[in-house]
Amino acid sequence: MLTPKEIENKLDHILLKVQKPGRYVGGELNSTIKDWDSVQTKVAFVFPDIYDIGVSNVGLKILYDQVNQRDDALAERAYAPWLDMEALMRQHGIPLYALESKRPLACFDLVGFTLPYETLYTNALNVLDLAGIPVRSADRDETHPIIIAGGHSTMNPEPMHAFIDAFVIGEGEEVIHEIIDAVHKWKVESRNPLSTFHRKDVLQQLARIPGVYVPQFYEANYLDDGTVSHIEPTIPEIPKVITKRVVAKLPPPPTKFIVPNIDIVHNRVSVEIMRGCTRGCRFCHAGMITRPVRERPVDEVVEALEAAIKSSGFEEIALLSLSSSDYTNVLELVTKVGEKFGGTHLKVSLPSLRIESVSIDLMEKLKDNRSGGFTLAPEAATERMRRIINKFIPDEDIINTTREIYARGWTTIKLYFMIGHPSETLEDVQAIADLCKRVIAEGRKVAGMRVKLNAGVNTFIPKSQTPFQWVSCDTPEQIRAKQALLRRELGRDRNIKLSFATAEDSFSEAWLSRGDRKMAEVVYTAWKNGSKFDAWQEGKKYDAWISAFEEHGLDPLFYTHRQRRTDEVFPWEHITAAVRKNFLFQDFRQSLEGQIRVDCRFDCFACGILPTFAQMRRENPGDVWMCPEVKSPGRKVISNRLSVVGD
Amino acid sequence: MRIRITFSKQGALRYTGHLDLHKLWERAARRAELPLAYSQGFHPQPKMSLAAALPLGFSSTCEVLDMRLERDFALDGLTEQLNETLPPGIRVTSIEQVDERAPALQTQVVEAEYQVELPEQADPSDLKRRIESALASESILRERRGKKYDLRPLIESLEAMDDKIVMLLAAREGATGRPEEVLDVLGIAFEETRIERTRLIFSPAKV
Repeated sequence: MLTPKEIENKLDHILLKVQKPGRYVGGELNSTIKDWDSVQTKVAFVFPDIYDIGVSNVGLKILYDQVNQRDDALAERAYAPWLDMEALMRQHGIPLYALESKRPLACFDLVGFTLPYETLYTNALNVLDLAGIPVRSADRDETHPIIIAGGHSTMNPEPMHAFIDAFVIGEGEEVIHEIIDAVHKWKVESRNPLSTFHRKDVLQQLARIPGVYVPQFYEANYLDDGTVSHIEPTIPEIPKVITKRVVAKLPPPPTKFIVPNIDIVHNRVSVEIMRGCTRGCRFCHAGMITRPVRERPVDEVVEALEAAIKSSGFEEIALLSLSSSDYTNVLELVTKVGEKFGGTHLKVSLPSLRIESVSIDLMEKLKDNRSGGFTLAPEAATERMRRIINKFIPDEDIINTTREIYARGWTTIKLYFMIGHPSETLEDVQAIADLCKRVIAEGRKVAGMRVKLNAGVNTFIPKSQTPFQWVSCDTPEQIRAKQALLRRELGRDRNIKLSFATAEDSFSEAWLSRGDRKMAEVVYTAWKNGSKFDAWQEGKKYDAWISAFEEHGLDPLFYTHRQRRTDEVFPWEHITAAVRKNFLFQDFRQSLEGQIRVDCRFDCFACGILPTFAQMRRENPGDVWMCPEVKSPGRKVISNRLSVVGD
Repeated sequence: MRIRITFSKQGALRYTGHLDLHKLWERAARRAELPLAYSQGFHPQPKMSLAAALPLGFSSTCEVLDMRLERDFALDGLTEQLNETLPPGIRVTSIEQVDERAPALQTQVVEAEYQVELPEQADPSDLKRRIESALASESILRERRGKKYDLRPLIESLEAMDDKIVMLLAAREGATGRPEEVLDVLGIAFEETRIERTRLIFSPAKV
């Protein structure tokens, strides 16, 4: 294996031939470089997209800190090289290496991928291959690192089951330590030639850690129609169903942010103010899988921001959550942040604001000027669709809020919409166009002809572990027709900018988000056929995917354009975010009837979180969780999460 | 208050470009709580300027940056304070106060000295001959980005020393010699070398 020195020498000869060589050299302030030989367990964390996107990922930052705080372990980082760099690395025989020590990833004991979205799957395979690590789990032996993965998309890990040794389901900050301890034991034992503790054994040990899923110890069985009949463990003493991990209380946020030496996408300090969301929007994967809502105290957030700005010097602050307006003390937080950082040329971003005038007050406290835009997400434009997706914002609220935003001096508003729900008609899409026209017409009344509107229209993708896991996707023809309608209606106004991805763009995500184990071969072949960077125009290859399906005799429509049977066993049935399938199904039926479920801060709908984590809840009473107090939450025992729905 | 910072730029930081370097210094100033001055307007920019852009991949021991502060600031200990939180590869060697009315830094650079580390296989006597022949030429016509120019008058001095070449090139606005062009004339692939800027020469400050 190449030494760090050899890798550096080789890099010197190629770096000036690639775009942005600063992506590949490390040396950032606040990165942690430990003495390689002084620690027992070495972990490499990989964000399998380019450096520019990966560096600012908060999830990996948390894990990087967690591991580096241990005396007996170190954590380093790697990202997917862009196409130009990959070609040169392959040509010059440079394996993918970690930025801190410049050691090949294959030298590490544990390689952890974050897979927040499905379009990174082919990249993950490519990263393994470029690192000289066998892509398939079954081909790895005692000499190879253990490959783990986590992140939102792994709530359905099955399409990646053949490549990842162990998945972490849910939140990683505690379980990572348990995994390192297990790997530690394997390392110690492997030095003893007489040891009988092998890779298989460490994997078995991992499979017994709550929240860890080791796919090779589970078997999926299928019915004649191609759907799953049942999924079963093949070894004793491992759970039939893997329940996600959650931390009872958010630990103090990271404050030593890595400061890149080149421009990246998010040059900022990001502090999570709250995890989880109580809104219950039915299309929202994050909202379903990150429950319960846990807030960080205002003072803890402000202190973390101060420390992080002091140690990084970043020019921007982001207060992260799925729904900022729902943070209990949002006004106090924003006031304090405004006082602390006002006039210091720092930009503060507060994403995911509710459509109401209070949001404008909040933004005004944070902005020295109104040069940036104001982003809101109505998602749908008819009452019918709003009821279906459970995001109910009346037209009048949207008009009043946007008019007020223009009146108070912002010239650009960005509105996010979603098209492609199977219940959506062309009338519903027409309403999106009408609403946009009304927003801009009202804006002109108060702020003149300079007002601008950006409408971002995304294609709905049904996700596992959500109430829409039963529904089918729109066909490409339907998507194209809906997009054409919007283009026809809105394309003429120079002050309305319309953006959407092509109908094909979202397909790999759609196939994979509800994919089964059979999809793993499709992922493998699509990657072999040259697909990578599936979220990028430069990388994705629609045809490579289609021919991969053909090669394995699978039909892409089976995964996308098929309404699931109500009693269908899903490929991810053995993985749970602690939100019961019965709850999701009930919510799905309510969506068909246009019934709304209000914010569950006020009214518990028994999604399953409280009984699953009853013990944890008892140990952390009061305001730590935003779930309302319900009587004897331990009483409702989830009898059998593998049973069919509707029972 | 206007301060002048001299610093080196090495290691991984060789791959940080001119614009990104501005950002790096803005962040360094924020970490050190320096009262950096900003321009007025819709997109306020920090008031700072670098003497001469350093090409990507080059290291340097002599970069110079002027920074304007909103108010006076004690400079004692600032070098150490900045160095504590600068990424490895950037090291401040000196900080001094300069006259507010002094001309812009970029307009004062006249020459730059570069040291080029050569690949091991280079033949010293052959190299000497090439250097002599280059220096003996009346003109060296070159083309860069579609523009024809004469490189010869931009070379102030050029000599081989052990496994190194040292050259002094013009670095005035609109007349800047590039070391990789000189290396090309000498038949040396610049990718095989390591180039370091070792001196920036400023015109005697005449206002």
